[in-house]
Amino acid sequence: MNIFQKRWMTWVLFGLLAVGAFAPLFSADTRLPQWLEVVLGGLMSGVLYSLVALGLVLIFKASGVFNFAQGAMVLFAALSLVRLMEKMPFAVALAVTVLIMIAVAWLIERLVLRPLVNQEGIVLFMATLGIAYFLDGLGQTIWGSDIYTLDVGMPKEPKILLESVFEGGILVGMEDVIAALISATLVAVLALFFQKTGTGRALRAVADDHQAAQSIGIPLNRIWVIVWTVSGLVALVAGIIWGSKLGVQFSLQLVALKALPVVILGGFTSIPGAIIGGLIIGLGEKISEVYLGPMLGGGIENWFAYVLALVFLLFRPEGLFGERHIDRV
Amino acid sequence: MTGKGRQFGEVILKVENISLAFGGVKALTDISFDVREHEIRAIIGPNGAGKSSMLNVINGVYHPQHGRVTYRGETRHAMEPHHAAAMGIARTFQSLALFKGMSVLDNLLAGRNLMIRSNIFLQALRVGPALREEVHHRKRVEEIIDFLEIQHVRKTPVGRLPYGLQKRVDLGRALAAEPKVLLLDEPMAGMNVEEKQDMCRFILDVNDEFGTTIVLIEHDMGVVMDLSDRVAVLDYGKLIGDGTPDEVRSNQAVIDAYLGVKH
Amino acid sequence: MIYRETGQYKTSYESDQQLFPILQDKAFILIVLAFVFGAVPFLASEYLFRAILIPFLILALAAIGLNILVGFCGQVSLGTGGFMAVGAYAAYNLAIRLPDLNLLVVFLLAGAAATVVGVLFGLPSLRIKGFYLAVATLAAQFFLDWAFARIGWFTNYAPSGSVTAPAIRIFGYTFASPVEKYLLVLAIVCIFALVARNLTRGAIGRSWMAMRDMDVAAEVIGIRPLYAKVTAFAVSSFFVGLAGALWAFVYLGAWEPLAFDVNRSFQLLFMVIIGGLGSILGSFLGAAFIVILPLMLNQMPGWLGMELSTALISHIEVMVFGTLIIFFLIVEPHGLARLWAIGKEKLRLWPFPH
Repeated sequence: MNIFQKRWMTWVLFGLLAVGAFAPLFSADTRLPQWLEVVLGGLMSGVLYSLVALGLVLIFKASGVFNFAQGAMVLFAALSLVRLMEKMPFAVALAVTVLIMIAVAWLIERLVLRPLVNQEGIVLFMATLGIAYFLDGLGQTIWGSDIYTLDVGMPKEPKILLESVFEGGILVGMEDVIAALISATLVAVLALFFQKTGTGRALRAVADDHQAAQSIGIPLNRIWVIVWTVSGLVALVAGIIWGSKLGVQFSLQLVALKALPVVILGGFTSIPGAIIGGLIIGLGEKISEVYLGPMLGGGIENWFAYVLALVFLLFRPEGLFGERHIDRV
Repeated sequence: MTGKGRQFGEVILKVENISLAFGGVKALTDISFDVREHEIRAIIGPNGAGKSSMLNVINGVYHPQHGRVTYRGETRHAMEPHHAAAMGIARTFQSLALFKGMSVLDNLLAGRNLMIRSNIFLQALRVGPALREEVHHRKRVEEIIDFLEIQHVRKTPVGRLPYGLQKRVDLGRALAAEPKVLLLDEPMAGMNVEEKQDMCRFILDVNDEFGTTIVLIEHDMGVVMDLSDRVAVLDYGKLIGDGTPDEVRSNQAVIDAYLGVKH
Repeated sequence: MIYRETGQYKTSYESDQQLFPILQDKAFILIVLAFVFGAVPFLASEYLFRAILIPFLILALAAIGLNILVGFCGQVSLGTGGFMAVGAYAAYNLAIRLPDLNLLVVFLLAGAAATVVGVLFGLPSLRIKGFYLAVATLAAQFFLDWAFARIGWFTNYAPSGSVTAPAIRIFGYTFASPVEKYLLVLAIVCIFALVARNLTRGAIGRSWMAMRDMDVAAEVIGIRPLYAKVTAFAVSSFFVGLAGALWAFVYLGAWEPLAFDVNRSFQLLFMVIIGGLGSILGSFLGAAFIVILPLMLNQMPGWLGMELSTALISHIEVMVFGTLIIFFLIVEPHGLARLWAIGKEKLRLWPFPH
């Protein structure tokens, strides 16, 4: 795979990250099982970041839009589901929410993307800021703004692993394991969908050149509805998982927004980048919060992902696996 | 009509053994030629021959993997764009690269930004030297506006002008810098006959009145053969011919490249 | 007097390059200035000063700063709130640690502090652009939020994290009443609006706009990207930092880090988009619009005889902002300022439309 052959800087950055991840082990206070718990927890929450980031990459590749509204979509989907579940069985509520997300995708294509076709990326980005605000306002106007408990039957009790190896074993939340498995499956499905299917190929053609794709008969508008629907559904899954863990509330979207630094880190156009970026951010965030947090006064999780992305940007502006861009004049 | 009896100076610009590749794609291979002071030098060739890349190497937008660029006695491996600008190389662009949101005046004035001496604090207060500078540069820019006959649109945002006028503004912005060497990338592309004639007149006048050396890429063979003193021919990134229009016209390799050759 | 430039011949480039080359414009702006300085202090109510005029002016100043970066130089920032916080906390620390320092100097130094931080976080802009930069500035926002909340030194170890600004005393005079505060802010904002206007129509402004419109071409005509972008970040952050200091000292009086969170950044970006990217006037119009709109929305249900909860109204407000952003981006990317300009064009021809 040639993505790993790129430049020594990537390796230096990877090296530094590895050093950072393993550093706590050299401190006398760190217990190995506890460190393993942190690493596992970080990777598992990272898979979820990867999933949301994949939604972002998909939209970016197909429509050149850097979707700031992804976080709002997560919140909106979760809110819709949790409030509908009060009135109907889970399966029906889920189906209705899926329909709602499809409608949202269709409306976004119709009312925002189509009028702004061929505009600069930055204008589209600001438009998604508008979408984010609109969805936030709409969601809370219709569904309310309290904290709602979402119970989809995820097992809550933790499980103890490797008891025979370590004294006391390592504690793993079953909820996290299931969430990670679901996300990992979806990540794999999406990656395959993009690489192997005809629709995926059409998406990639659109990503390269809108007008050229249109001229060879690829229906641009339908493609956009598809990618926005897919990322709406990704948002729904992420919303269910985070919502059942943290409760459905406004701060969900801040969690989901961490997918932004993930794609920056991995490179906008790269699916492996989104996956690895998610894992790096998930892991880095947990390790720094647990081992650096006490020294710095806590709350590092709020900015760690962004600052890490910023540092990467300084040394590899196109992200880990992104494509270098040549300006033509 | 030109070329006969014209006096040229020393070699002002020389490229030697330039090779440029993007990834695995070779854009230019081992290209060498020179440009003399005051001459009109054309670069021609089929689409994708590497003409624009050549200009981009000369003024430092692209950095070649091999070769040297010698300009006014200074030899370097590659130019930097703003350094090239500071040393008197200006250019126009094939696909218009104007500052669309700015007025014609501001586009031209931006071409003279290199000459601004007053610092940011003086500019903030717009007093003394800063104000005098603005007025001085405005005068010089107005001369170019008169020369190009675009007085009536001087305060219009460039993005709203028709294509032909935009091409003129592009030339005006380059001229505003009072360059020694002017690189023109297809200045007449997409123009009708009348507009082409105007543009030819402007180019000849610039060359005549200001003594500006001109390096020109153009597709219209009639225009090239009329205007230029010497012609370099590129094909697939290689130099296949170099000489006066007459020499190039009778060069077999050039004829083959343009008319196609039986294999 | 009909709005005309007929008969006003300009005989020199100096006169054509004046701030307001048309006589009627000059008269208009003088009347406006006379009104806001001379009449408003006697006419407006205390509520008007406190709830509308003072926040409007300060946010307009911050919006001008952001507009320089986004509208003129084309670099999007989502960290404006954080840079305002830098100004606010710099002013606070200067004022309590160096009580003898003139408060005007404190405000200017607060702007300078924001400049330093702004340039630091702006440096990545040399290698990245567009939404990459937006995320980089988001990093600045979240990091600064955290720093002011968690690092005790910035808040002078206030246990609640909330700090109170000292009284506003300048040259021995205390600005206590809303009218006095209004006049102070108005004077500062007018001066810096003029500075912004001068910069944006001068050489440096041209280099910013050139970077915005076509960066490769800008480099080819000799504009150094480093200088253009760093100065844009520096000037922008100065304005934003100064506005932050005024916001904290004059408008809020006492505040906690939440006053400058990411929503503030969005609010300012919205002002710039709605008011008009690349327009100083637009910054004022956008600020006015966004200060007044929520007040209107709050009143509206009452006028229509509806009873809505405050929470609901605030959600509707968010929705309306989102819709307006999309609307303006699609229909009029140059915002209210462009509508103003179109109005003026029409007025120039009126009453003879052909």
